[in-house]
Amino acid sequence: MEYVCELKNISKRFHTINNETKAIGDISFKVEKGEIVSIVGPSGCGKSTVLSLLAGLEKPSGGEVIVNTNNIGFMFQKDQLYEWRNIYKNCILGLEIQHKDTEENRNKVIEMLKNYGLYNFRNYYPRQLSGGMRQKAALARTLAIEPDLLLLDEPFSALDYQTRLSVGNEVGEILRKEKITTVLVTHDVPEAVSISDRVIVFTERPARIKKEYDIIFDCGEERTPMKCRNTTEFGNYFREIWRDLDVAGK
Amino acid sequence: MWQENSKVLKIRKKNNDIESANISKEHEEYLQSIKKEKMFIKIAQILFLIIFFSLWQYAAVKGLIDTFLTSSPGAIWNLMMKFIIDGSLFNHLYVSTMETIAGFLLGTTIGILVAVLLWWSEKAAKIFEPYLVILNSLPKTALAPIMILWAGTGFTGIVVTAASISVVVTTMTMYTGFKSVENDKIVLLKTFGANKHQILKSVIIPANLPLIVSVIKVNIGLSWIGVIVGEFLVSKAGIGYLIVYGSQVFKLDLVMMGVFVLAVVAALMYFFAAWIEKKIIKY
Repeated sequence: MEYVCELKNISKRFHTINNETKAIGDISFKVEKGEIVSIVGPSGCGKSTVLSLLAGLEKPSGGEVIVNTNNIGFMFQKDQLYEWRNIYKNCILGLEIQHKDTEENRNKVIEMLKNYGLYNFRNYYPRQLSGGMRQKAALARTLAIEPDLLLLDEPFSALDYQTRLSVGNEVGEILRKEKITTVLVTHDVPEAVSISDRVIVFTERPARIKKEYDIIFDCGEERTPMKCRNTTEFGNYFREIWRDLDVAGK
Repeated sequence: MWQENSKVLKIRKKNNDIESANISKEHEEYLQSIKKEKMFIKIAQILFLIIFFSLWQYAAVKGLIDTFLTSSPGAIWNLMMKFIIDGSLFNHLYVSTMETIAGFLLGTTIGILVAVLLWWSEKAAKIFEPYLVILNSLPKTALAPIMILWAGTGFTGIVVTAASISVVVTTMTMYTGFKSVENDKIVLLKTFGANKHQILKSVIIPANLPLIVSVIKVNIGLSWIGVIVGEFLVSKAGIGYLIVYGSQVFKLDLVMMGVFVLAVVAALMYFFAAWIEKKIIKY
C-alpha cells in the first residue's frame, strides 16, 4: 500500500518563558493514498498541532514526520480569503505562488467554480458572499494546486449548523470523488464519521491515540456523507466514539 | 462625511440599476429623504462660510474690529488679486507645493521602506524599537534647524525638514500594520510554499493598502507643516515666506492671504488623495 504521510512516535512540547506544555505524548499513524482520516479528541488536545507538523509548519520535539509530497493543501477554520482579491483571484492564489498560473490550470479553476456554484460570483469580493460560499471558495483555492495531501483544520466549525451540514456534505462528496488524501481535524463526531474512512480518537493532552475506527458503511454504490448519516452503523459509531471522548464524565 | 455621502450615492446607483423599474413608493420616499438631507447639509455648509465672511467684512467696515490686527475679507481679496495679476502668487505657491510634494514623497517612501526592512528582520525591529519610540515622541520641528544646516538653506533643506516630520511616524504606523496581519493569512501562503518576498508582496502589502492610503493622507498635512516651518526659518519664496514676512512688517492682509491660500491648496491635495483611495481600494 502506498502511504502519503506517516508519523512515527511523535511528541511535541511548546515553550513559553513561564512554562512548557506537552501537547503531544506519543502519536504514530499512517495515511494511505486516497484515504480520508479524521482526528477527533477533547478540545486543546493537540489535534491541530498534528496538522502543523504534517504541513511542516512546526518541528516535532521527538519522533519522525514523513511526508511523501511537497504539495500540501491546508484549510483553516476561517476561510482566510483575502478581502482585497475577488473570488476568482483568491482561488488562483496558490497557483500564483507556485508559478503554476497557466492557462490550463486557470481553466481548471473556472471548471471548479462552476461545479461549486460559485462561477457567477467569481468577480465578487469575499465580504459579499455568505459563510458557506466563502468556505467553498477556500476549498477551491486549496484544491486548485491539486494537493497530494489535504489538511483540514475544523473547516466547517465557523459555519452555522445548516450550512455546516450542507457544505460538509458537499465537500465530503468532492473529496471522495476526487480521491483526495485527507486528514481532517474536527470536534464534530458526526461530521468525522460521515466523511471519513477512518477516525482516530485522541486522549487529552499530552495526546496519545486512544482508539482507531475503520468506518465502513453499507449504503450502496456511491457513499455520501448524507446517506451515511441515515444508516444504523452511523449511530453505533457515534455512540462508541462519544463514549471514548468521555465528555459527560468530566 | 464626504466619503459617507459618496457611499450612499453609490449604493443608490446600484439599486437603481437593479430595480429601477419596480421601485416601491416607500423606497422612493426614502431615497428622496436622503437626497434632501444631503442638500440641506451642503447648503448649510456654504451658508456658514458666507455668513462668517460677511460678518467679518461688516465688522471691519463699521470699525467694530481693528483691521490692523484682523484684516478683512475685502482687503485680503484685493491683495490676492494683486498677487495673481503680477503672477507672484503662483510663484510662491509653486515653490511651496513642490517642496511639499518632494518632502511628502521622500518621507513616505523612506518611512515605508524602513518599515519593510524592520518587518523583514524581526531582530532589527527589536533593536531599534526604543530609538524609534523616542524619535517619534520628539517634536520633529525641533530638528528643523539641524536639517536646514545639514541639507542647505534652499529647496533641499526645506524638503528634508518636511520629510523628517513624517518619516518616523510613517515607519511606526506601517510596521505596526505589517505586524497585525492575521497570522493564518501568512500561514496559508506558507503552506503554498511561499518565500518571504512572496509573503510581502501577496499579503503584507495588499492587506495594508488601506493603511498606506490613510498614512498618505496624514503625511500630506505633516509635509505642509514641515514646509511652512522650513520657510519660516529660511526662504526667499513660498507661502510660509509670505506669512512670516507679512507678520514681520505687520501686514496682516498678507498673513491672512497666505493662510487662506494654504488652506485651499492643502484641501485640494487631501481630496486628491481621497480620490486616489476610491480608485485603488474597491473591496
